[in-house]
Amino acid sequence: MAKGIWVFVEQSNGNIRKVSLELLSQGRKLADEKGEELAAVIMGQNISALAGEAAKYGADKVYVADDEKLASYSTGAYTSVFAKLIRENEPNLVLLGNTAVGKDLAPRVATRVGVDAAIDCVGIEADAANYVNLTRPIYAGKALIKVVSPEARPVMATVRPNTFPVAEPVSKEAAVVNVPVAVDPADLGAILKELISQATGRPELTEANIIVSGGRGMKGPEDFVILEELADCLGASVGASRAAVDAGWREHKYQVGQTGKTVSPVLYIACGISGAIQHLAGMGSSKVIVAINKDPEANIFQVADYGIVGDLFQVVPALTAECKKLQA
Amino acid sequence: MNIVVLVKQVFDTEAKIVIGADGRIDDSNVTMVMNPYDENATEEALLLKERLGGEVIAVAAGTPKAQETLRTALAMGADRAVLVSDPALQSVSDDYAAAQALAKAVSELKPDIILTGRVAIDYGSKIAGRVAEILGIPQVNTVTRLEVNGDKAVAAREIDGGSEVIEVTLPAVFSAQKSLNNPRYPTVAGIMKAKKKELKTLTLADLGLDATMSGKMQIVGYSLPAGRKGGRVIPGEPGQAAAELAKLLRSEAKVI
Repeated sequence: MAKGIWVFVEQSNGNIRKVSLELLSQGRKLADEKGEELAAVIMGQNISALAGEAAKYGADKVYVADDEKLASYSTGAYTSVFAKLIRENEPNLVLLGNTAVGKDLAPRVATRVGVDAAIDCVGIEADAANYVNLTRPIYAGKALIKVVSPEARPVMATVRPNTFPVAEPVSKEAAVVNVPVAVDPADLGAILKELISQATGRPELTEANIIVSGGRGMKGPEDFVILEELADCLGASVGASRAAVDAGWREHKYQVGQTGKTVSPVLYIACGISGAIQHLAGMGSSKVIVAINKDPEANIFQVADYGIVGDLFQVVPALTAECKKLQA
Repeated sequence: MNIVVLVKQVFDTEAKIVIGADGRIDDSNVTMVMNPYDENATEEALLLKERLGGEVIAVAAGTPKAQETLRTALAMGADRAVLVSDPALQSVSDDYAAAQALAKAVSELKPDIILTGRVAIDYGSKIAGRVAEILGIPQVNTVTRLEVNGDKAVAAREIDGGSEVIEVTLPAVFSAQKSLNNPRYPTVAGIMKAKKKELKTLTLADLGLDATMSGKMQIVGYSLPAGRKGGRVIPGEPGQAAAELAKLLRSEAKVI
């Protein structure tokens, strides 16, 4: 008998990633509505300490797969272990963060267990007939679709970071299940040769609460430093529009928009960004949008909650100074 | 070296999305293009062929109109193309069914390398891992560099907060990130040549698949996101405006 809601918990530097806490928090609500258990699945090496953390955010049960073969993420080993666990326990719903790992793992695991996975969901609601219905953006957020999986179980989905709030941690114990780790030799076709960390000290773009983003109005790569200074004061990440990336000023991995990343921060500060439709698609679900642009006719002002018409090279440093004052 | 590139026809990124009277996305008056990341995949396939020889075969699943996108791949330099087109596949929400069909079409081409875009910008489909799983071969997603040596390939891929280098034994599936290369534009001569290249259309029955093959997920509703309204423009000199903005972000919006 299939039961339970599962959250695949990702960790980073020994802590549970924020998106996983968001999913545990939302998973708890759904589990209560359904009267089922919430389980966390944690994979890695020396990660058993995280089980207690997952419990604090609502997990009734924690599956821990702790093995040197899982020390770094690899599609093959993680698929082997995760798919086997799903087959043996038949959960109703499996949620992953829409992260690099989630996006790589979910389609492969789903295919192996014979279901589809809905990618980048921005809503999950309990649904009597279909267990849950899922809302996901299409055309990078220019439209939304609601999808259901009438028969196939589990329902699998990756969920966009910043979609659900993180609940306050509670004092709670969870049953820990140690998962034996056996990797099918057929899953060992890829070998990790090198792992290169490019830590900027800033949060991952898709998970950031605040994003400071620059566009064509930045005029060149050098002055992104003023955005970085503001970002560092706000604890923000730095993004860029397609115009700035196409001009070679920023790497593509920082691009926000339909051909870059879709983001939903609490605050998005667009500096020198005109607001092309493909950019708006990528950041339109931000809670608060600020636009700083010298062109009062720029499209970005039509979606911005607060706007300053002016020279960003003066406004941004002034804003950084105000930020520092607030923190002093 | 047999290289297969999976391409998809999508709306142009400038397209405005309209929901028609039937409650679905209206695709009339929309310019259709090759999924931008699939252009990178096609470019990489062509670069590999230039280096290593062999054949580049473009494969798509879609409506008959998707032939246009395959012709674009042929004009860029692909040698031949296969379109899997079947009314049973029109439920675009379901990547499960599309992956089954594509994997079957691809397996008959006996490729060493399969390339595709890291994501389709329309329905956000991620086909690489699904096809790789059905074929039982490795996948490497969001590839930014690819080198092939004999039956091995080394690929650099983007991950959260960095990158990693993966070695795989071929055959394998690779999904292209935008920074992998700069896709070439088809030349006039290329477009002329493309008209004469082979473009085969197959149904699910032709592939030996059940035409009643249903997907796992269904779309039950389309909607447009709640529209945003322009808010307030803060007047004043840069210093004054910035101070007012900081105050509003803290006390009114409560976001800093």
